[in-house]
Amino acid sequence: MILDRIPIDAIGVQERVDRICSRSIKKESKLQALDLALRMMDLTTLEGSDSAGKVRQLCNKAMHPYTELPNIPSVAAVCVYPNRVKLAKEILKDSAINVASVATAFPSGMSSLEIKLDDVRYAVQEGADEIDMVISRGAFLSGDYALVYDEIAQIKEACAHAHLKVILETGELGSLEHVRMASDLAMEAGADFIKTSTGKIQPAATMPVVLVMLQAIRDFHHKTGKTIGMKPAGGIRTSKQAIQYLVMVKEILGEKWLTPDLFRFGASSLANDVLMQWVKEKTGRYQSLNYFSND
Amino acid sequence: MSREQELLIIPKTYKNYVGGAFPRTESGRYYKLNSVDGKHLANVCLSTRKDIRNAVQVARKAQASWQNRTAYNQGQIIYRIAEILSGRRHQFEAELESLGYSKEVAQLELESAIDLIVYFAGWTDKVQQVFGAVNPVASHHFNFSRQEAVGVVGMLAPEAPALLGALAMLLPNMVAGNSSIIIASEKLALPLCTFAEVLETSDVPAGVVNILTGKKEELVGHFVSHMDVDALIADPTLSFELRKELEVGSTSNLKRLHFWATGCTVDEIHSTGKSVIENMAKSAKDPYRILDVQEVKTTWHPISE
Repeated sequence: MILDRIPIDAIGVQERVDRICSRSIKKESKLQALDLALRMMDLTTLEGSDSAGKVRQLCNKAMHPYTELPNIPSVAAVCVYPNRVKLAKEILKDSAINVASVATAFPSGMSSLEIKLDDVRYAVQEGADEIDMVISRGAFLSGDYALVYDEIAQIKEACAHAHLKVILETGELGSLEHVRMASDLAMEAGADFIKTSTGKIQPAATMPVVLVMLQAIRDFHHKTGKTIGMKPAGGIRTSKQAIQYLVMVKEILGEKWLTPDLFRFGASSLANDVLMQWVKEKTGRYQSLNYFSND
Repeated sequence: MSREQELLIIPKTYKNYVGGAFPRTESGRYYKLNSVDGKHLANVCLSTRKDIRNAVQVARKAQASWQNRTAYNQGQIIYRIAEILSGRRHQFEAELESLGYSKEVAQLELESAIDLIVYFAGWTDKVQQVFGAVNPVASHHFNFSRQEAVGVVGMLAPEAPALLGALAMLLPNMVAGNSSIIIASEKLALPLCTFAEVLETSDVPAGVVNILTGKKEELVGHFVSHMDVDALIADPTLSFELRKELEVGSTSNLKRLHFWATGCTVDEIHSTGKSVIENMAKSAKDPYRILDVQEVKTTWHPISE
């Protein structure tokens, strides 16, 4: 595999992001965007303290985000640790909601390949529909691209029918060039989705990083005809941000990507903000978090 | 033109005070404030719905940490406001005079305002002592009640007195542990705009006090319908239509609505200003207003027989 080093004009990227952020999406189109954002959401809980109760609550929220308004769609997936997959799957079995599991020694990825593969197989066995893996950033940064590539390829194999999302952890990659290179690498190695971050490292998803990743997806599509999905995760807390991301996807990849099959938000607090904005659009009243469930 | 005249006038556009910063109104609109003799004094923001939204957002963020500060620290901060205001009192007096106050009444209002701040600074560590309670119960429990903040409170400052009227609303809320959003007097907005500069330099954490200017008719509706506003304070001199809008709208999320007599008309300031301010200064020192904007939490703690 030949990996091109594609130079990125960071200032140009920022200017493009600024232009995208200045689009005004209001009223009907805002409602549409909110609907889409909610349907694209991977409701996530990745805490060491995640109890069965918390996962149960999250799954119920995924199915019925807000019962007081009709026509509120359910989210795309629930994202949990491997040992909570079984429970989540059980609760969600009658719904169309997928269960995604982080695996491969999440969030650092600092373990042996065997353990990572076992981690993936365990999650798939428990019923995960989607696997969110982390790349070995240490290997990537020291130039050992072949190792990173092989890891992704083998994990893809271990996933069997499950979709593979590859987390680049862009906050640790250092530059946009690295982000672009890691995106290309992950897609070549068989990723179904590329994902910005674990949510455990700051900065998590930022607009310039996502823009570069979307361009990588576009170029990969031109080159191979394959459509790869995108998942920004971490740090997206407001509907406004979410809508800006949607605008960016539409402008760079086109309408085809505006579906939960090809674009996801990894978030936990975003759902409540989307719901609050939704109710605001419907009732004209600004909302309070007091009236929305915590998880 | 003499040198003094050349130097004196630098008209200024006053901005809102939100989250410890001075943002322009999102709408970009403003209105002109004129002195009593018709001179253009300043431009002042005509705030809108979104300014209220932004203010509520920062007020909500700031509220918990303000409530959780020690009473001692809250007292220090409120006292600091008095210190800074005292140092700038001549500027305030001049502003009041330009708005038609007599020199005597302007001085009286400043004196009363500073006195009121010091008075409420003293209340921070006394609220629990005076209004908290240990309750007798018929079981083996140690049962006690303490006062807690209600949350984010909106205030419609009376048209006059320009400074004292707003402070009489703000101070009990600060002591209660609430964060505040004040809509300033429309005709006499200037002193409260300048007061924002006092707050900004006196250790009040960002977002605990927010000041907006504009037309109350345009803003009241957005205030009452906002689900994240927990209480509203207004003055009985408010027009009947606006009072009605407050009463009806506040039912949305069962906001507490209180009418505190902290104001008068601008004409009254001109005619009987001295006695009005004197009365205001007295009635503003009502500690029960703190309770209006608090909730009571009662705890049952089991004890052995």
